Amino acid sequence: MIFKSASSASIQAIEGERIGNVNTLNFIHENADMCWTLTLEHIGIVAFSVFLAALIAIPTGVAITRHDKIAKKIMNGANIFMTIPSIALFGLMLPVLSLIGHGLGKVPAVIALIVYSQLPIIRNTFVGIKNVPPELVDAGRGLGMNGWTRLREIEIPLAIPVIVAGLRTAAVMNIGIAAIAAYIGAGGLGVFIQQGIARAYEEMIMTGAIMVAVLAIFVDASMALLENILTPKGVKIGRTLGQ
Amino acid sequence: MSKACEKAYRLALLVVLLAAGVLLERAGLIEYLSDPFEIDYTLRLMGQHIRMVVVSMVMATALGLMLGIIFSRPKFKRYTGVIMYVVGLGQTIPSLAVIALAMSFLGIGFKAAIFALFIYSVLPIARNTLAGITAVPPWVIDAAKGMGMSASRILFQVEIPHSMSVILAGFRVSLVINIGTAALAFLIGAGGLGEHIFIGIDLMRYDKLLAGAIPTTLLALLADYLCELLGFLIIPKGLRLQQET
Amino acid sequence: MIQYEGVSKIFGSGQEAVTALNKVTLEIEQGDLVTLLGPSGCGKTTLLRLTNRLLPLTSGTIKINGQDIMSVDQVKLRRSMGYAIQQIGLFPNKTIYGNIAVVPRLLGWDEDRIRERVDELLLMLRLEPDIFRSRYPAELSGGQQQRIGVARCLAADPEILLMDEPFGAIDPINREEIQKEFLRVQAQFKKTIVFVTHDIHEAIRMGDKIAIFQEGRLIQYDTPEITLLRPVNRYIADFVGTDRALKMLGLMRVAEAMNKKPKNIIKGSTSTQEALKFLEENDFSGLIIIHQDKPIGYVRQKALRHKNTEVKKIAEPCPVIVGIHDTLRDVMSNILMHDVRDLSVIDDNGDFAGTISYNDIQKCILSIYTGNRG
Repeated sequence: MIFKSASSASIQAIEGERIGNVNTLNFIHENADMCWTLTLEHIGIVAFSVFLAALIAIPTGVAITRHDKIAKKIMNGANIFMTIPSIALFGLMLPVLSLIGHGLGKVPAVIALIVYSQLPIIRNTFVGIKNVPPELVDAGRGLGMNGWTRLREIEIPLAIPVIVAGLRTAAVMNIGIAAIAAYIGAGGLGVFIQQGIARAYEEMIMTGAIMVAVLAIFVDASMALLENILTPKGVKIGRTLGQ
Repeated sequence: MSKACEKAYRLALLVVLLAAGVLLERAGLIEYLSDPFEIDYTLRLMGQHIRMVVVSMVMATALGLMLGIIFSRPKFKRYTGVIMYVVGLGQTIPSLAVIALAMSFLGIGFKAAIFALFIYSVLPIARNTLAGITAVPPWVIDAAKGMGMSASRILFQVEIPHSMSVILAGFRVSLVINIGTAALAFLIGAGGLGEHIFIGIDLMRYDKLLAGAIPTTLLALLADYLCELLGFLIIPKGLRLQQET
Repeated sequence: MIQYEGVSKIFGSGQEAVTALNKVTLEIEQGDLVTLLGPSGCGKTTLLRLTNRLLPLTSGTIKINGQDIMSVDQVKLRRSMGYAIQQIGLFPNKTIYGNIAVVPRLLGWDEDRIRERVDELLLMLRLEPDIFRSRYPAELSGGQQQRIGVARCLAADPEILLMDEPFGAIDPINREEIQKEFLRVQAQFKKTIVFVTHDIHEAIRMGDKIAIFQEGRLIQYDTPEITLLRPVNRYIADFVGTDRALKMLGLMRVAEAMNKKPKNIIKGSTSTQEALKFLEENDFSGLIIIHQDKPIGYVRQKALRHKNTEVKKIAEPCPVIVGIHDTLRDVMSNILMHDVRDLSVIDDNGDFAGTISYNDIQKCILSIYTGNRG
């Protein structure tokens, strides 16, 4: 197992503290440890999946910029996977993965998240590099840069903001899907929602829903910041000057 | 060369389908669905699922288009950035959270599910309508004005046809997400194909699980494909040609 | 020296094949600036891009200093040549320094040497290094960017420069300025330059030789003067234009056409009556007054008649004085604008060198067209 599961320990902890009709803030306050553990678990699953997904998708995105026909096929394929509803994908993978004893838990969750991340990351990498103005590529070639140098010095630096935007989309989307993955025993903040619905425990549901939403918004904002930080200075200046 | 590729691709698809068939048989799905009671039950769930999607999508499309059009009017032009930001923020909220929140406010049942799906589906449509109309080249609108078209004429004959492909893309995203989210509606007591999936997972019954997961997947893929076909109907041909070149 | 021998380039294959260049043979001497001229689609850019192997050759050979370019690694080949394009293609993520340093870095120069070179180039193109070094391309005007493009292509001091409409993206006024500046740099360093343009004026102004292309064939390869003078066919005659006599004027200097020993001049210390007599005897309409070897003005008959003094006291200043290095085009323009028949010409020291009139120019042009020259 990649992460320790916090969910199994959670139930007892929450059971003992359920007294009357405390509001959501109280719930969060009283279960701060639990909230913290599940949040970290949630972030862990998403970060790990996006990282692995990036390792696959960014090189793929770069590679297909050299072959337009394959690019279209690959992106159509990734789009099909993206279209499959997440809970259905978990269901489809369950019988297959249980052959190797991982039908439930974090393994199918991480695999699903990696699958869903492919399209946004591949597409953004592809588009980011394709959008580098052709005259820059031509100038780079004419000055004697080989393919790798061009990629390293021009194409990647200029595409970085777009690639990070892809990672951002993937990360935000994965936070939502990881919440659903609580139902296949992956843990994370979805546990609050799952357990809350199962026991009609409103504060717990609210806590789960709000924390997942806040986490998504927070990650979205942090990735937007990262996007800005990684944008080359010369490009930013060009934008503010309106060129 | 590309024809050979196409053939290989088709063949691979066939092999995958065959393998999937064998796997399904072994998972007991075929047997499961042969039971007249179970097939009826599955069809009923699918009916619920589709009803949720259709009702919420019709409402969402109407409201989304309306909001998009209203906020693209010159009066609201300066709020466009803010609105786009807020809508974008709304879209980051996970579907399960929206479903759960809807239950907190409206209790369990079909209505709560419809409401959650509706709210969640409005955003992409409104966002793309706004983005699409804002992106219509100003000189096109200028030309329309110059020919003496009224504001409503410009909207219906110039702006909307021009932004149709962007609006449709928003609708498509919205619809696919809607179908996936509707599978979660079971959790708040609205039934749908999610019922098979969640109960299947709980009981570790692959046949039941797949009887929910496969139709849901096919529904989503079919909807996606239909949207593509819809594009040929409602995106003006001239603009389609422009996009291809 | 660059030698093109039977160079052909065919794009696509089968029925879609398009012949972009058809058996072009051409030799570019060391230190020459050769402009490749023609309408778009004539193959001029293709020839340029074949030279540094941005495009693969279909047939024929290209040799640089006797060595076949196909025997050199293509990346090394490109690093040994400067390359500038119309869209400039400055890397927006790099500073001006970083942009100029691209090729030196690829060649592994040490940073001190690169810094020195960048400053030198910026100074040469009249851009203050301390101001521009750390700026980004987005902060520069079009003209400045174009200069950086030129600096980048000169960075590693290549023997050969390949330039594809390098000044095409800027407005005419700045273009003329940067053309002049570039010619000044070229006069100093004598690079071998292949320069693509579709602008006949630019081709004439910049080129030591002009190669004119039509539909993939090299039609004429000559100096600008000969190209204007003796276009080999109708196509080139049309291309260089019916105003080619006027274009010739842009190429020729005053020294070639002026009257070095004019008769209608007079010393400033001469008395007016003497001058009047001289004028009437020779039937001149006016006299140019020379004082201490400088043309100080002119007098007409009417002004001389009732005066009794030295002519320099009543001289009217010349409305315009031309230098011996000015083009005949400028002179012609002055003649049309000012009411004078003979313009005074001065040499580099400002001393009187002769006069030039419409007749002198016409005589000169006619003599060239009838073949008495060159």
